[in-house]
Amino acid sequence: MPNPSVFLLTVNGQIEGANFPDYDSLYCKYCYVYGHDWAPTTGLEEGITQITSKSTQSHRLIWNFPLEITFKSTNPSGWPQLVVSVYGPDVFGNDVVRGYGATHIPFTPGQHTRTIPMFVPEPTWRLQKFTGWLLGRRPEYTDPKVVAQGEGREVTRVRSQGFVTVSFHIMTKDMKKMGYDAGPSSPSAVQSEAQSYVK
Amino acid sequence: MERMAASSEIREKLRNKRRALQDTLVKNKNEDDIQALVPSARFNVDQQPTAMKEAEGSDEDPGETLRRTFRAQRQRRKKKLLEQSFVQECHDAEDAEEVPNARRHSANEGSADRADDSVVSTRPPTGSQRALSVRSEDSSSSQHLDTYVTRHLQEKLRAARSKGESLQQQEASEVSAEPVSRLQRLKNRDTVTRFDREAEPISAGRQDDPLALRSRVKFREAGRRVVKDLPTAEEAFNFFTFNYEPEPPSQQEGVSRKRQKRRERVKKDKGEDSQEEAEVEEDAEAEEDNQDQNEYQSEDAPLVRNEDDLFAIDHSPQDFVEMRKAEYVAYRKRVQRDRELLFTPSFRTVPTSVKLPENMKPRFLEDEGLYVGERPPVSLTNENILENRILKMAEGNKWFGDDGKVIALPDPIKESSTRPPLFHMEGDLDPALQTVYRKALKSKYANLYIAGAADPEGDYQLDVDVSGLIFSHHPLFSREHVLASRLAQLYDQHLSRQHNNLTGHLTDKLNGLRNALQNMMKIHGEQGSSEALRQRISEYSLEVRNTRQLRDTEQEKDRTLLRSVIKVWKEIKALREFQKFTNTPFKLYLRRENVDRASDERDYEGEILAEVLELEAESEGEYQKKLAEYKKQLEDWKLWRRKQKAKRKKKKKKKKGLAQEDTEEEDQDQDESESEGPFEEGPAKPQPPERPDVDSMEQWVREKASRIRRKPGEAILIPELSASGSITASELCPRAEIARREDVSRRSLFIKILYNDKEVSRTDSRSLSADFRVHFGQIFNLKIINCPHSINLQVFEEVGSSCSLLAQVFVPVPDPSVVTGSAPIEEFEFSSNQRVMFDHEGVGSDVPLSFESDGSNRLTLLTSGKLSCCVSWGIGEEGVPLAPPVSQQPGGTHSGRWHLDAVSYIGASGLYDMKKIGEWATQSRLDPNDPKNTSIMQLLKVASSGEVTAPDYFRLEHLQEEFNFVTDEELERSRRFRLLRLRNQEAPEFRNYKFVPLLEREVSDKVFQDYEKRLKDGEIIDTREHLDPHRALVAKYLQKIRESVINRFILAKHFYQLSDLVTEEEIPSIGILGINLFKLAESKRPLKPQRKERKKVTAQNLSDGDIKLLINVIRAHNIPIRKPLGNKPGQSSQSALQGSDWYLSQVQVRPFVEVSFQRTVLQTTTADGPNPSWNEELQLPFSAPNGDYSTSSLQSVKDEVFINIFDEVLYETGPGGKERGTSIHTQIEKHWLGSVKIPFSTVYSQSKIDGAFKVNTPAVLLGYSREHGGSSSVYDQWRSTHGGTFLRLFLTIEPQLVPGESVREKFDSQEDERLLQAAEKFEKEAAQGFPDRPCITTVTDLSGKTVFITRYVRPLNPPQEFLDAFPNNPQEATTLVARFVSLIPSLPDQVSFSGTCDLWSTCDQFLTLLAGDEEEHAVLLCNYFLFLGKRAWLVIGTAIPEGTTVYVLTHEQSGYFIWNPSSGQFYNKDDSFCPLQTVGCLVNADNVWYNVQENPSPLNTNFDITKSNMWKPFFSRSFSHPGLSSVQPEELVYRPIDRAAAAELQDRVEKILKEKIMEWRPRHPTRWNRYCNTTLKQFLPKLEQSRGQDVAEGHRLELQNLLGDYRIAGFPLHLPFSEIRPIIEAVHSTGVHNIHSANVEFALAVYVHPYPNNVLSVWVYLASLVRT
Repeated sequence: MPNPSVFLLTVNGQIEGANFPDYDSLYCKYCYVYGHDWAPTTGLEEGITQITSKSTQSHRLIWNFPLEITFKSTNPSGWPQLVVSVYGPDVFGNDVVRGYGATHIPFTPGQHTRTIPMFVPEPTWRLQKFTGWLLGRRPEYTDPKVVAQGEGREVTRVRSQGFVTVSFHIMTKDMKKMGYDAGPSSPSAVQSEAQSYVK
Repeated sequence: MERMAASSEIREKLRNKRRALQDTLVKNKNEDDIQALVPSARFNVDQQPTAMKEAEGSDEDPGETLRRTFRAQRQRRKKKLLEQSFVQECHDAEDAEEVPNARRHSANEGSADRADDSVVSTRPPTGSQRALSVRSEDSSSSQHLDTYVTRHLQEKLRAARSKGESLQQQEASEVSAEPVSRLQRLKNRDTVTRFDREAEPISAGRQDDPLALRSRVKFREAGRRVVKDLPTAEEAFNFFTFNYEPEPPSQQEGVSRKRQKRRERVKKDKGEDSQEEAEVEEDAEAEEDNQDQNEYQSEDAPLVRNEDDLFAIDHSPQDFVEMRKAEYVAYRKRVQRDRELLFTPSFRTVPTSVKLPENMKPRFLEDEGLYVGERPPVSLTNENILENRILKMAEGNKWFGDDGKVIALPDPIKESSTRPPLFHMEGDLDPALQTVYRKALKSKYANLYIAGAADPEGDYQLDVDVSGLIFSHHPLFSREHVLASRLAQLYDQHLSRQHNNLTGHLTDKLNGLRNALQNMMKIHGEQGSSEALRQRISEYSLEVRNTRQLRDTEQEKDRTLLRSVIKVWKEIKALREFQKFTNTPFKLYLRRENVDRASDERDYEGEILAEVLELEAESEGEYQKKLAEYKKQLEDWKLWRRKQKAKRKKKKKKKKGLAQEDTEEEDQDQDESESEGPFEEGPAKPQPPERPDVDSMEQWVREKASRIRRKPGEAILIPELSASGSITASELCPRAEIARREDVSRRSLFIKILYNDKEVSRTDSRSLSADFRVHFGQIFNLKIINCPHSINLQVFEEVGSSCSLLAQVFVPVPDPSVVTGSAPIEEFEFSSNQRVMFDHEGVGSDVPLSFESDGSNRLTLLTSGKLSCCVSWGIGEEGVPLAPPVSQQPGGTHSGRWHLDAVSYIGASGLYDMKKIGEWATQSRLDPNDPKNTSIMQLLKVASSGEVTAPDYFRLEHLQEEFNFVTDEELERSRRFRLLRLRNQEAPEFRNYKFVPLLEREVSDKVFQDYEKRLKDGEIIDTREHLDPHRALVAKYLQKIRESVINRFILAKHFYQLSDLVTEEEIPSIGILGINLFKLAESKRPLKPQRKERKKVTAQNLSDGDIKLLINVIRAHNIPIRKPLGNKPGQSSQSALQGSDWYLSQVQVRPFVEVSFQRTVLQTTTADGPNPSWNEELQLPFSAPNGDYSTSSLQSVKDEVFINIFDEVLYETGPGGKERGTSIHTQIEKHWLGSVKIPFSTVYSQSKIDGAFKVNTPAVLLGYSREHGGSSSVYDQWRSTHGGTFLRLFLTIEPQLVPGESVREKFDSQEDERLLQAAEKFEKEAAQGFPDRPCITTVTDLSGKTVFITRYVRPLNPPQEFLDAFPNNPQEATTLVARFVSLIPSLPDQVSFSGTCDLWSTCDQFLTLLAGDEEEHAVLLCNYFLFLGKRAWLVIGTAIPEGTTVYVLTHEQSGYFIWNPSSGQFYNKDDSFCPLQTVGCLVNADNVWYNVQENPSPLNTNFDITKSNMWKPFFSRSFSHPGLSSVQPEELVYRPIDRAAAAELQDRVEKILKEKIMEWRPRHPTRWNRYCNTTLKQFLPKLEQSRGQDVAEGHRLELQNLLGDYRIAGFPLHLPFSEIRPIIEAVHSTGVHNIHSANVEFALAVYVHPYPNNVLSVWVYLASLVRT
């Protein structure tokens, strides 16, 4: 049997930065969640950024952390999602989670910027919130990847925290060949030549 | 800057130049003899007598020379890029000048021949020229001036024209210096100033450093020369491909030296020569050099190159490589050597004196009051290092300033940022600066391509011919124009009417009809006219009447038209007279055509007469008709009268007849008659019709004729409109008119052509002519790709720079049949409603306007006009129309609608609206015959018939079709979709299937094989796999239950709790909180660290190799020891008597532990003695099935950890027994002693197992004994009787996996809700009080329902055989029953049902399934005990290694006993080796008691359940037992013992095992000792009888007797029978087959003992015999 036909999705981009008004010195972890019919061929599947601090003037955290991965797939179902989770020290220096977020990798070739809203799970009750704050043990997801799925999320309560901006440069190969038209169509709607001459 | 001129271009230039050269050649010959000698325009050759020149002159063909020159130039041009970037830079400024210069020159120099001209003008400035210019500059700067040459110069220049560069030279010279400008003045005075301006700075610059420049130039030239001559393509190729080494440097040097020499000579010789000449000569030099080199190279270069090649071939790399030993340099030496090379600057401050020139004192500028900037901060050390370093350099001192410090500029770093701070990246940025990302939009035209447009043949072309436009009204119309246009319109109308001549036609027709009628009357008039004839006549007359009426209206129209033409013309004339100028050229002539008055009058009269007659006839006919009607009516009326009268008479008669009737009746009658009278009056008496008035009729006809027709004798007026009139010149017009005319002349118009709403082109802008016509006459060929939807022509008017849209004209897309050439030009009217007003004569638009003096009769005119254009499909080269095929382009717009726009056109909601659908259907021109449309047509028909306004059904899925991407059948058929669906349904085969192929054909059929087989297997039972048909059935049944349970669990798995998703600290109590707070202050690294809980890893992100099984083998107790070999019987007993001496001298046993798990086998070291201690950790890798590490998958791992204890036995065997002493071969054998099996699922669910495991030892171990002769303490004594080998182990999984959560599914239940709540509460409280003690009150039965646990307990009868076996000994019966229960194979629920869920089956189910968990065993055993009259409870607790499990507790006289139902073993409550570790609760049929005692171990537990402080009952006084009935059957029915089947099975097992053993020994022969086989077989039933206990020492002795010379090692294995596979596994794990000594023999015996209900006990006796 010949090589099974696949299409490729190349993601280049970067986790540009984040906007967390209340927190500083954060770092970010990312990973991808994808379906059964997907497999990364090259690139890093998971990563962790440097810790970045806000500058005095701008209130933005800048990571500029490159993402680079290529997936191969046989089925657009289970399209990869980027899951980011942001961590940073709290008042006592404990490393606590500052936000989870996920976004689908854009499926249109070209440049995209995504601003991912971030959220954290809420403690179940007040006292726990207090102790969690005190002990630096805030509720966390068992697996950051749950934010990329809908199943079971109904049991959680979350609070929004901030935004992470990610820019993508998407390339696809053989998508159209395989019958999946996701991209903008080939150029030029009208190609007209006008030759004019005086009658 | 074309340095890489296209070769063809160059070639052409070359040709031109050669031609030019030849011209000059002739001229030169004529002019000068000397020059003729050197034909190649070497005008300076004679002045420069070099050896080269002669050579050149004598044997070089001039053309050849030139070609080379040019080649050289070309090369130079190429080379320039590489070498001369700096030159380029400095000459870029000049570049711009050069070309215009060249042009100017060629223009000015008329003498230059034309060929040259063209060459020069086409020639771009090139590098070589620039280079030359440099040279000339430098020569010019060397101030060689001469003036005498001016005469010469012209001639030379003419010659020089033949080469491009000579010209360039001149230009350059012009550029360069003053003399040049003087020269310029001679020739071209106009440009002098400009050149001066340009040249001066350059020349100034040059003169600064002429020397340096010259040398540089020379060097450059030399370098250039190196590679410039590559005459052939091959060489050119070499040039680019080879790593081009310079030509032998000697040549290069030679050249430059030559040049140098020559230059000097030139200087010397030609000191007085003109500057111009110097330049020219320079150039000549260059060329000579070129030639020189050409010659040189053409002879030498190829040779040299060849040599190179040869060289490369001859000398292989080995020739250059010398093999040497690695050189060692002694450290000291190396240091020394390093010291020579290396320099380490010191940190010390350098004294100022060193830094300054000698005898200089440091001078501090700052002190002198000069400003010295602040020096950048540099650390002192670094500064010192730097200074030291600098001083080491040659000219170090120059780095230091006067103050002895390193010269430094002031600190450049500003204190404050000069750049405006970048604030918030998103918000605060100026919106104008922000980049806005726009998503890549899909063009809406993308899918509207005409099919086939992609391929090159399929390009379609629309020709849009815009010929012109005429305004019928324009705001700039003057009044006269308005009238004129009206006149023109009327005249056009008149002409077209004239052309059509409707009146004439109708008149002819009328005459014809009249004739026909007359004829008909004439022929048939006399005879009795038949009915048909009369009919025809009437038809004819009707026709005549209609025609006449038509003719009359037409005539009237003609007449009025003519009248209005004349009227308008009169108005124009009046207007012209009034305004005293003429604006329009129109002139109307009325041609009078005189007619013969008499005949005309006759015709006229005749016509009138005929008409009158006809009218008379008609009216007569009508009268007759009316009359007839009248008569009829009259008749009716009369009839009625008569009737009435008759009635009355009758009544009167009646009245008379009835005398007795009173007046009353009379009155009545009268009333009647009165009432009848008006009632019956109905048909009034009809009036007779009037006779038509013939006279008035004639008068009317005449009136009409005079109105619509020419008077008889009146001349026929034929209007003729001509545009021959003259327009009054503007000068003669009033001011307002002049303004208007000017305005008109300012206007111009153009037309934009929009295709599919995109502008594709526009016409030229044409000015509006005075007669308001614009002629474009342009044809636009549109090459189109997508379907034409609209072609729109927009008329724009331009006034000055502003333009406005006047009107839009939509042109229909032509039919494919309309092709260019055949299509006529059509006129499209347009108009615009713009309001325009002027203050001049222009009437404006949308402005009321009146021609009457009183201002009445206003009319408002809008800008309007006609655009004549034509759109057609183009014709290709072969006359093929470039139109898309008809099928794809049926009207363009409408084709797509059905597919694309059905919904968007009317909107989704509109689909309910019949009207809209109808509208849409008509608009989109649905084909009613298309079967696709039948439904919609039907719908429309119904709707339009008005019966149903709204459908009586609700079309819920009216868009469903749109979303179905394949049909259902296709979905069903497609393998890929099937695969995807099965995976989605989580079918076990596909649950984690990766990479469903993308294409249908890539899905192989094999994929489904397993799945289909499984589906098929549902019916067929494979008896081959299962040795016993009953088991096969059971297995099937189990499989089905498993599936249903799995499905339920899969569902349940998708319900999540918060804890599944969010990890959160447990709710801390205040105490814990306090401790935690205290912990904050705790030291980070305490001295006695506590064991921390390992971090649990969720299974998702694991992969193969991540998980390891850790087994810590600590120690073992009571391992059987070897028995001395005895050749004689009784020796063993003797040895036992020999006492401690023997033991001390003899190795008792050398055990080691071998752990095998998932095909990995590891073993510990060998220890000594019966109580060894290993304390070793073994790591076994774990890999999950299919790489799936999900919890459910891990739970269903069936693999077991086999822990075997072996004895390592060393035998010394001599080689053939000859020379015993010399060499000894040691042979290692391992003898199996026992094993422990731990299922992985247990380890997984408990995460760690720690404890002493009872080793499963065979009842008999040949060659070993369990007795320890050593110490004989009471404890040992007891233990020996107890007979157990124990192994202490610690097992865990690294990393710790999150064990599968038990399913918290709420199964439906038939229990009382109150009971369930109480049970929940009870369990909750129990869990809170003692979290480590299991408490179970409700369980799940096989059908998935929650059942209260006490319902399982009920006395049940054991098989009758057991009761009958020992009628007198209840104790025996008890053990027999226990053994029976333990013989039922146990299968953990976790394995059978993935997911941790205990399913409790009832006893009959259990006996049918013949497989179950501990709880089933326990329930059955407990029920049997109850039947036997014992007091028995279920004990729920934790045990080793099972974890949470169920045991049975019995109470007898001698105390409490704990039974392990799976093994049939019982333990005294006080037995410390009891595997039960904690007691959670007790259950019997009546109640559940929860253990609330402090110590849960059975040893310390008081089992007196009546004590409520120790046992908390579930049912108490407050909540009494509701009388729960049992779920167990009344009685168990057993199938009788089937001995035949057992015997058959026995044979089969034996056969299979023998085969397997042979299979495991592929390299060795396996010999079976038949005698031993039979002997062993005899022992087995005995063993069964004794239930493995109390093995008679006798049979071993017997065996020893029989097999005297053999060293025998063997053991019987005992297993409950479930399948063959576990038996094989067990045999394999003993490793008997691993004995590889040559003379080994084997013995194997199998015995299957049947019990009722098909419970089988299997014995396998294995022995290896080695002949000693």
